[in-house]
Amino acid sequence: MAELLIEGVAKSFGPVVALAEATLAIGDGEFVALLGPSGCGKTTLLRIVAGLEEANCGQVLIGGRDVSALPPRARGLAMVFQNYAVFPHMTVGENVAFGLAMARAPAARIAKQVARAASLMQIETLLGRYPAQLSGGQRQRVAVARALAVEPAVLLMDEPLSNLDALLRLEMRAELKAVLREAGTTTLYVTHDQTEAMGLADRVAVMHEGRIVQIAAPSDVYRRPASVFVGGFVGNPPMNFLRVAAVSGEVRLGALRLSAPMEEGGLLLGIRPEQLAVVETGGFLFRVAVAEPLGTHLLLTGETGGQRMRAVVPPDATVVAGAELLLAFDPAAIRWMDAASGRAIGAA
Amino acid sequence: MRRLRGSAFAAGVAMLAAWTLLPIYLVAIGGFGGPDAVYRWPKSFWPENLSLDTFRRFVAIGGIWQATEQSVKVALITVVLSLALGVPAGYALARLRFRGATTYRLVILLTRAFPVGILALPLAVSFARFGLYDTALGVALVHTALALPFAVLVTASLFVGIPRELEEAAWVFGCTGPGAFRRIILPLALPGIAATAVFSFVLSWNEVFAAAVLTLRHRTLTAFLLTVLSESPLHIQLAGGFMLIVPSVLFIFLVRRYLFAMWGIASR
Ligand SMILES: Nc1ncnc2c1ncn2[C@@H]1O[C@H](COP(=O)(O)OP(=O)(O)O)[C@@H](O)[C@H]1O
Ligand SMILES: [Mg+2]
Repeated sequence: MAELLIEGVAKSFGPVVALAEATLAIGDGEFVALLGPSGCGKTTLLRIVAGLEEANCGQVLIGGRDVSALPPRARGLAMVFQNYAVFPHMTVGENVAFGLAMARAPAARIAKQVARAASLMQIETLLGRYPAQLSGGQRQRVAVARALAVEPAVLLMDEPLSNLDALLRLEMRAELKAVLREAGTTTLYVTHDQTEAMGLADRVAVMHEGRIVQIAAPSDVYRRPASVFVGGFVGNPPMNFLRVAAVSGEVRLGALRLSAPMEEGGLLLGIRPEQLAVVETGGFLFRVAVAEPLGTHLLLTGETGGQRMRAVVPPDATVVAGAELLLAFDPAAIRWMDAASGRAIGAA
Repeated sequence: MRRLRGSAFAAGVAMLAAWTLLPIYLVAIGGFGGPDAVYRWPKSFWPENLSLDTFRRFVAIGGIWQATEQSVKVALITVVLSLALGVPAGYALARLRFRGATTYRLVILLTRAFPVGILALPLAVSFARFGLYDTALGVALVHTALALPFAVLVTASLFVGIPRELEEAAWVFGCTGPGAFRRIILPLALPGIAATAVFSFVLSWNEVFAAAVLTLRHRTLTAFLLTVLSESPLHIQLAGGFMLIVPSVLFIFLVRRYLFAMWGIASR
């Protein structure tokens, strides 16, 4: 176990900039999720940490040691690959023991750690089988067990759940969280699924176009997104952004008077759909275009002042398409964004 | 319409099969049937009076066992050399990105564009100078040159079929580059590599031109038979032909799956 430090790492493939710049510090035993849309450079960053890809510049430090020039085997880490990469010609037991056997660990220690990893991932009964005889979920367990068995300083995971079906994914997510908490391994976990990142991680690093745009606890990323991109990417449905104008330090939205972070000029008002509440008087006008009953809540899509907006209201509300409602929210829930840069105003 | 296309396909298959199998069949009944069967007219299509007499006389030909031994020796050297050179080259083509990879791939095939007939004479001259003339190694070198394009392309397609992540996982879990190749890639590619070996063996076993030009006293079986059989009666020639064909056909049949893979026909 050790802390992982990524400092100013960048990578281009010819003319394609895969990773513009990434700096990230992960504490000992911490679980950080690298979250971003497909193609934003998550895998590239993970592979650079693993030593499978060479960075154009920057450093990777594990436990205070610069490992940038070391081959993967000398970095003291383990990795779970997106397609599992379980060795097909070895039994499950041989797979799980592989890392220890390569390190020439004594047989007793191999047996002990394989047994522990296998019991953590509940694959004790599969140890004699070959991967071809396993289901996708079981192979995934083997891949995680193989990584845990070496008791790595740092554990890297690249979308380990993305090849499982939805129900299994939900199950494995909870299980993985429990197992990794028990193992207490420093973990960098790549995913494009925000629910996964939010549910698993101590902190989430959101990536966009080759850069890390926000690093914060899941609830912070959710409540206080650092940019329009983060607000739109994290949370389902995404955050609403309304173009508004400040006049004398004030923004008016229907009957609402909100104190703006600037005297004059255009800016974006960010508000989560769940923060919106239907009111009798005051508030601003919202015209419902579509109402979707989703069981736990009712999702309304419509517009206010010509701008698209979504609202989440309790499931028992009787709202039909074409209805006009008055909505209001707590001003403290607003996230102001700069209209030009798309960055949060006054963000820490 | 579907039925029509189906039967056209079946007819094509039947014609191709007949094209290949009929001569082999005729050679076989000629060889087994003895002189009567060969010279009788009209020929009987069905085998009659089969006997191993001809083959007994065939294997009694003086020098035939030395020639067979020489053939096996040349073929084995060819196998070792084509694997030793072809497997690493195939791996490089499959895994490494380097400038001119496409050109390299083409050039490999281009080596097949030079007929051995043109190369044989200059080769004989230079081999004589190097002391390679009339040696197993000399013939094996030429056979390796012939087998290498196949060895490289077949093994490259094998390695392409093995996910890169398996290798990367091996590196992460403690293997060096060669270690990962030996522990992960090689076991997974082994059946295909064995097929490549068989193919090189058969190619060398069958090759007659270079073997005939580059040897004098230490002939391979094909080269030996070429000279000996031209003076033998027809049924002995047929028996010899049959003896040469059988191992090749058997071997190729065993490895057909990998040859299909090489030619890009999905056969799984
Ligand atoms: N080996 C490579 N060669 C060329 N381009 C690559 C390579 N690997 C990744 N890229 C490019 O780099 C960008 C980031 O890729 P990646 O890190 O895989 O994204 P993610 O994992 O977030 O989906 C993409 O535009 C991708 O096409
Ligand atoms: Mg990826």
